[in-house]
Amino acid sequence: MQSPYSHTKATLALAKASFRSIMRSPSAVVFTLAFPLIFILVFGFLGGGGTKLDIAIAPQSDLQNPIITSLEKMPIIRLTKNDNLSNINKSLVKGNYDALITVEKNKNGVPAYFTIVKYTSASLDKGNILKSILNELSYKLNTQNIKPTVTEIKSSTVNGRLYRTIDFILPGQLGFSLLSTGVFGTAFVFFSLRQNLVIKRFFATPVKRSSIVLGEGIARIGFALLGALFIILIGHFCFNFTLVNGFTTVVNMLILATMGVIVFMGFGFVVSGIAKSESTIPPIANMITLPQFLLSGTFFSIDAFPTWLQPISRALPLTYLNDAMRKIAFEGAGLWEVKHQMLIILIWGIVIYSVAVKTFKWE
Amino acid sequence: MKNSNVIISVKNLVKNYDDFKAVQGLSFDVYENEIFGLLGPNGAGKTTTLEIIETLRQKTAGEVTVDGFSIDHDSSAIKRIIGVQLQAAGYYPNLNLVELLELFSGLYGVEVNPMQMLEKVNLQDKAKAKYKALSGGQKQRFSIATTLINSPKIIFLDEPTTGLDPQARRNLWDLITEIRSNGTTIVITTHYMDEAEQLCDRVAFVERGQIIALDTPDKLIDNLIASGFERKKEVKKANLEDVFINLTGKEWRED
Repeated sequence: MQSPYSHTKATLALAKASFRSIMRSPSAVVFTLAFPLIFILVFGFLGGGGTKLDIAIAPQSDLQNPIITSLEKMPIIRLTKNDNLSNINKSLVKGNYDALITVEKNKNGVPAYFTIVKYTSASLDKGNILKSILNELSYKLNTQNIKPTVTEIKSSTVNGRLYRTIDFILPGQLGFSLLSTGVFGTAFVFFSLRQNLVIKRFFATPVKRSSIVLGEGIARIGFALLGALFIILIGHFCFNFTLVNGFTTVVNMLILATMGVIVFMGFGFVVSGIAKSESTIPPIANMITLPQFLLSGTFFSIDAFPTWLQPISRALPLTYLNDAMRKIAFEGAGLWEVKHQMLIILIWGIVIYSVAVKTFKWE
Repeated sequence: MKNSNVIISVKNLVKNYDDFKAVQGLSFDVYENEIFGLLGPNGAGKTTTLEIIETLRQKTAGEVTVDGFSIDHDSSAIKRIIGVQLQAAGYYPNLNLVELLELFSGLYGVEVNPMQMLEKVNLQDKAKAKYKALSGGQKQRFSIATTLINSPKIIFLDEPTTGLDPQARRNLWDLITEIRSNGTTIVITTHYMDEAEQLCDRVAFVERGQIIALDTPDKLIDNLIASGFERKKEVKKANLEDVFINLTGKEWRED
């Protein structure tokens, strides 16, 4: 009269309970959704403008001349005409102005104007941009009616995809969201289930250990993917995050996200096993997440790091997840084209789960 | 209670933790539909014995069968016919009572109506409450509700009344008696002798991992008196607990 016991049903019941619990846990929602969204919001609004050159015009400068008129037309340049000289000099030292320009009328005839530029070492790279802008400008103005004798450069621009800040930031934040859900969530849940004898009570039912892990895993992956989808959609519709192949890109990103969160959950299992008390979980988990947060190209490209730091960056799993996410989203790469990154994530997964099997405690 | 069918049989049970001998050759039988009490001081091995029978702990040596199933080979079959209340078990965080019962019905693989389960332990008003928000007595009643989900043949209660006030204790006694009258066998541990005397059909005294006495409470008391024991103080017809209950009433307290 006893019907056969269904492990699938037990697993799903656990997954459902766990998912409900996660959705009601403030820390899970904050770390998975709110945190990444705040960063995306900040960088989304910040990243719109691109580079701007702040240039002061000296108070005694001539203003009615073709040089100033041309500079005013350039969107990259922001001219300030009404500042006083002492203020300008102070700002130059601080790098608040990138250069000071004075234009003087030549009383002796040719050339008609002298353009005197003072750069600042506080802003050398922008100074260099201005240098080439001015060179081109002076060439254009000087050769208006003359045929070039050696060469004339005819340039055109290919209509490419605009690489916005969001295209860099969003995949990084997505990776961070997966990392914190995987590590913190898993570590806290399994530690407290063990500590409060919830798991022991489960063991008094016919449920298998694998069902407990699997049910938890399903819930956490489901939650992480929901969060990822939410982040991607907000990014796409509010900040023009590039999804080259639309729906296919989203699906590829979610597949990659699943892989990422499974590996990161492995770290969580390890943390839950080695933590002695609830209060030691955050420091241990931070030791895993913080270096990845900072060094895995979440905010800056790792190419910008000093060379001695780069090998460390290139050892971390999140680096490869971020890298693969960006390739998929912006370059429209398929999963097969990021197989190198996926392989390294997979190796991390094998390593971390073999550690987890050794350190994980049920009681 | 007549000598009916043996439902739990424990023979020469031994459990060692490293060099500590928690259980040293326990033997006893539990009969179908009785309330069997395991009594003894803390650390005597009561909980260890229970957890071995519940298949939560490995034994060192001995033989245990539950409803004909051996704990060595048929632990999953045993788990399906028993209900277990642990001494300090917690429940899944952030879920209300109904959701917890749904979870357990999934874990046991049975269909139950969570509200009916809550009615059995008089917690229907707390359906949407979290376990943590319950009072001590309510927590124990909820724990007992989770043990009844799979309509078990035997339930194990490990110190269910510890820390409860006299009303909550008496309520739990009523509940336990009611569960037994529905045909369930109950194995209980307790530190309260009045409770054992009132509830249990038979009790076993455990001391340092061994059984030092096993009989009906009545018989054990008679034996003691027969040996010439006398209470120092003349027993009155009521005690202070009777006064307490008389003054504060016997109704269910939802503190």
